[in-house]
Amino acid sequence: MNERTPVIDALCHMILLVGAALVCLPIYFVFVTGSLSQQEIMRVPMSWLPGSQFFANMQTVLSNANFGRLLLNSFIIATGITVGKLAVSVIAAFAVTYFRFPFRMTAFWLIFMSLMLPIEVRIVPTYESAANVALPLNILGSWLGIKALVDLDWNLVNTYSGLILPLIASATATFLFRQFFLTIPDELCEAARIDGATPWQFFRLILLPLSRSNIVALAIILFLMGWNQYLWPLLLTTEPAMANAVIGLKKLMPQSDSLPTWHLLMNAAFLTMLPPTIVILILQRWFVKGLVDSGK
Amino acid sequence: MLARNKAAGLAQAAGGGGPRLRSPLRRLFVKGTSDGQTESGLKRAHFKEWRLPFWLLAPQLFILLLFFFIPSIRALIQAFQLTDPFGATTQWVGFQNFERLFRSNVYWSSAQVTLIFTIAQNVLTLSLALLLAFASNHILRGRGAYRTVLLLPYAIAPAIAGIMLAFLFNPRVGPVAHMLQGMGLDWDPNRNSWHALALVVMAASWKHICYNYIFLVAALMSVPQSILESAYLDGAGPIQRFLRISLPMIAPTLFFLIVINFVYGLFETFAIVDATTRGGPAGATSILVYKVYQDGFVTLDLGSSAAQSVVLMALALLLTFAQFRFVERRVNYSV
Repeated sequence: MNERTPVIDALCHMILLVGAALVCLPIYFVFVTGSLSQQEIMRVPMSWLPGSQFFANMQTVLSNANFGRLLLNSFIIATGITVGKLAVSVIAAFAVTYFRFPFRMTAFWLIFMSLMLPIEVRIVPTYESAANVALPLNILGSWLGIKALVDLDWNLVNTYSGLILPLIASATATFLFRQFFLTIPDELCEAARIDGATPWQFFRLILLPLSRSNIVALAIILFLMGWNQYLWPLLLTTEPAMANAVIGLKKLMPQSDSLPTWHLLMNAAFLTMLPPTIVILILQRWFVKGLVDSGK
Repeated sequence: MLARNKAAGLAQAAGGGGPRLRSPLRRLFVKGTSDGQTESGLKRAHFKEWRLPFWLLAPQLFILLLFFFIPSIRALIQAFQLTDPFGATTQWVGFQNFERLFRSNVYWSSAQVTLIFTIAQNVLTLSLALLLAFASNHILRGRGAYRTVLLLPYAIAPAIAGIMLAFLFNPRVGPVAHMLQGMGLDWDPNRNSWHALALVVMAASWKHICYNYIFLVAALMSVPQSILESAYLDGAGPIQRFLRISLPMIAPTLFFLIVINFVYGLFETFAIVDATTRGGPAGATSILVYKVYQDGFVTLDLGSSAAQSVVLMALALLLTFAQFRFVERRVNYSV
C-alpha cells in the first residue's frame, strides 16, 4: 500500500511521544530526586535538573540502609527462582511428553491444577508450610499418635530456600516446554533411538540444545519476576538483612513523624530498578518473544 | 506476572496434539487417547520406561505438594475452623466464617472498592494500550524505539511503580501534585479516598499498559495484509480500516486481555496498594487481596482470612475458565 496520510502520521507520532513521556517522566523524576539534597527536595517547585548528590545519596543508601546486602539478596532470589524453575520444569515436561508410564495423566493433571490458584489467595497456609516444612508430618503424626513426628520442626523463615522454593511451585514453565516439545519432529527421537541413545542422552544432546532460545526467553521473564517479588519476601523475612531490595524500599518510605527523606528513597528505588531495566533494554527481542509465547 | 500468563499454554496444553474439542470444560476433564494412536500430549516416538520419568517428575511434584497442594487444602479446611490468634485452640464452626464475612460491611465495601478499582484499571489500561498499538502499527519509522521505551514499565516492580507515583502525587513534595494544586484542585490522597483510589489505579495501569500493548501489537501484525489492502482499494482510510477490520479481527485478544487485566487487578496489585496507601485512608483502597493479608497477618483473624482466601480461590477459578474460553477462540500470531 502506498498511502499518504500526513495528518494521521503526525497524530500517531504525537500519541506515541506522549505515551513515551508518561513512561519516562516518572523514571526521570526518580533519578532527579535521587540526586538532590534534603533541602533541595523540600523546595517548591522542585528542580527539573539533576543535582550533585547522586553518589553521596547512593553511599548513604548502601551503608545506612544496608542496600548492598538487599540488592545481593534480590539477585540471589531472582537467580534461584530462574534456575530452579527452569530446571524442575524442563525435566518434568520431558517426562510427560516423551515417556509412557503408569499415572502419566495423573501427574500431568496434578501439575496442571497448580496453574489455577496464585500464591496471593493462599498466603496464610503457604506461610505456615514455609514456617515449618515438617508440618504435614506433624499432622500425620498426631493422627497416628506418633510423638516423634509431632515435634519435628524445619523453619524456612529468613532463609533463601524459603524465599525461593514456594515461588518455584507453579507450572507455567512446564507447560511452555511441553508445548515446545510437542512441536519437535518425531523423526529426531526415532533417529536418536536407532543410534542407540539413552533417554538421558537424547535429552541432553538433542532436546536441550533445541530449546535454547525458549530457555533464554523464559529466563528473562522469570528473572524479572523474581527480582520484583514483594508479597512473599514481606511475609517470610523478619530479619531486615534477609529482605530483598523492593521490601527495603518500603521501609525507607517517609513516615509522617520523621524528616521526609524522599531523596534517599528515590535513590534506592533507582538502584533497585536499574538491573531489571538493563536486562530488558539489552535483551528486548528475546523478552518479547518469551512474553508472547508464554501468553499463547 | 508470568504465573498469570498461564492463560497461556492452557488451551493447547489440555488438548494436546489431538483434535480440538468443542468445550473447554470437556477439554479439561476428558483425558486419554484423542487421535486413536497415541495418548494426548505423548510423542509418537517415546520411551517406555517408568523409573526415569518418576525421578524427572519428582522434584516438581514434591515442591507442588509442599507449597501448593497442602496449603490450598489447608486454606479450604481453615475456612471452616475458628482458631484463636495464638493458635492454641481450633474449633470446627461450619459456615460461620462465611456468614460472618458476608454480613460484614467492611468486607462488602472492600469488594466494592475492588470492583471499582479493577474496572477503572481495565478500561484505562486497555484503551491507552489500544491507542498506542494503533499508533505504532500505523507509522513506519521509529517503531522499534517507541516499543523499547513503552516496554520499560514491565521491568519495574509494582511496588516501585506505586512508590514513584506516590512521590509524584505527594501533596507536599510531588511535582505533579503541585501542578494539580496550582490548577486549584485540593489534591491529597492521604485524606481524600477518591484521590487515593485514583492514585492506585494510575500506578496499576502505568505498570500494565506495556503488557497489553505487546499483545495488541502482535495481534495487529497478524491481521492479513490482503484484507487491509482490498479495503484500502475500496477507499477506506486508516482509522476506518482499524475500526471496521482490525478491531473485530483482534477481538479474541481483546477479550483475553480483559480477563488478564482482571486477574492482574485482583491478585497482582497487592504490592502497589501496600507500598502506596496501605489500604487507606479508612479502607478506601483496601482491595480484597489486601484484606486477606491484613486479616491474616495483621489482625490475626485466621478464620476470616481463610474464608476470604476461599472466596478469592473461587474467583481465580472462574477467571481461569474464562481464560479458556477466550484462549480457545484466539487467533494465532507471532512477533
